[in-house]
Amino acid sequence: MSKARVLVGTRKGAFVLTSDGKREKWDVSGPHFGGWEIYHVKGSPVNPDRLYASQSTGWYGQLIQRSNDGGKTWEPVGNKFVYDGVPGTHQWYDGTAHPWEFKRVWHLEPSLTDADTVYAGVEDAALFRSTDAGQTWQELAGLRGHGSGPRWQPGAGGMCLHTILQDPSDPARIFIAISAAGAFRSEDGGLTWKPINRGLRSQYIPDPTAEVGHCVHRIAMHRSRPNVLFMQKHWDVMRSDDGGDSWNEVSGNLPTDFGFVIDVHAHEPETIFVVPIKSDSEHFPPEGKLRVYRSRTGGNEWEPLTKGLPQSDCYVNVLRDAMAVDSLDQCGVYFGTTGGQVYASADAGDSWAPIVRDLPAVLSVEVQTLS
Amino acid sequence: MIRVELPAHLRILARVAGEVQLEVEGQATLRSVLDALEARYPMLRGTLRDHVTEQRRPFVRFFANAEDLSHESPDAPLPEAVASGAEPLLIIGAIAGG
Repeated sequence: MSKARVLVGTRKGAFVLTSDGKREKWDVSGPHFGGWEIYHVKGSPVNPDRLYASQSTGWYGQLIQRSNDGGKTWEPVGNKFVYDGVPGTHQWYDGTAHPWEFKRVWHLEPSLTDADTVYAGVEDAALFRSTDAGQTWQELAGLRGHGSGPRWQPGAGGMCLHTILQDPSDPARIFIAISAAGAFRSEDGGLTWKPINRGLRSQYIPDPTAEVGHCVHRIAMHRSRPNVLFMQKHWDVMRSDDGGDSWNEVSGNLPTDFGFVIDVHAHEPETIFVVPIKSDSEHFPPEGKLRVYRSRTGGNEWEPLTKGLPQSDCYVNVLRDAMAVDSLDQCGVYFGTTGGQVYASADAGDSWAPIVRDLPAVLSVEVQTLS
Repeated sequence: MIRVELPAHLRILARVAGEVQLEVEGQATLRSVLDALEARYPMLRGTLRDHVTEQRRPFVRFFANAEDLSHESPDAPLPEAVASGAEPLLIIGAIAGG
């Protein structure tokens, strides 16, 4: 029988939540690495028991942990992230030049084809790759060095590379997103990169339609249609039907077009989920109602999903890496909040229940569908 | 023999209980002790000092004999009490944050 395993990164440790295919009763394991910030935990699609976790603190810096048994035991692997060549500068908040400095790993993306290959998206924004299961890391420096790097600037959370999407039909094709630079695409396995931000409009930057400088919060793709991308930008939910060459707004009837997460139903490529959040400094759900919005039309027409979610006095946030979908027959949807709740829906969002209510603030949620 | 006390998080990471005892070749300095510590426990690399510059991480401090050695040269000799093993070198995570 199939199972679901949810990997949760929080401000104070990692948690592994497991259930059978019904997804009603859950076992909770953790905290792993108690007291450390766990920005992301993700499993290899090639070997689901191979997990990678990003562990960090302001005291002792960055560690990478690897598990070969689905999160029961862990071992620290390589944590040396050194920019290739002279790092150069990017823009600081005040527009001055600021040297590139490694701060942490935001996102780990295991390869679709090799359990020992894993990508790391870091702050200050850069993409690293390991081909020896995390022991050593090399920067894919063509991204940072392609020319626009000096014009990138940090978002409120730092200048982070937070999204890495691999095209299942073409291993050389990779999409990434950076706050606040925008989205980029490589067609050659990460050697060279092209900004793909045409159609984005950001009123808060000097040139609202600039090639780079957009605060992209998340992009998502259905594996069957790698040319269709969905984006939650700082403001605006966007869609591209040409692999990012152009974008159109699909915010439609959302109560606010600000938010962090966006994800795609595992079996319905036109069904997408977002969690609208009030901008710009409040960062909690409008009206104190925690609502996931679902579109079955690839955007523009959205319906609120509220059953089982708090509909009063709820002032949590849902951060950019904190939503995931499983691929069980009835698609499961999961998200975590800064209030420490992890909510699960076993019916594609129609109804929700908390798996856990009182974890530390949730930074990331991933799910593995296990047979 | 040099005695080193690690902060709790790094004892867990290195899978040690209590103090660490190290043999250090030549003069005992912060650099030579940290070199020996990282050679024995490679998972500690990068947690106390930068991989490349070897600069102390800002929230890590070194104490011995009730003295703060954090701002001493990494190549300065450690106090005799530490070099002889009479006193441990204390590696401490600053009290900060939440």
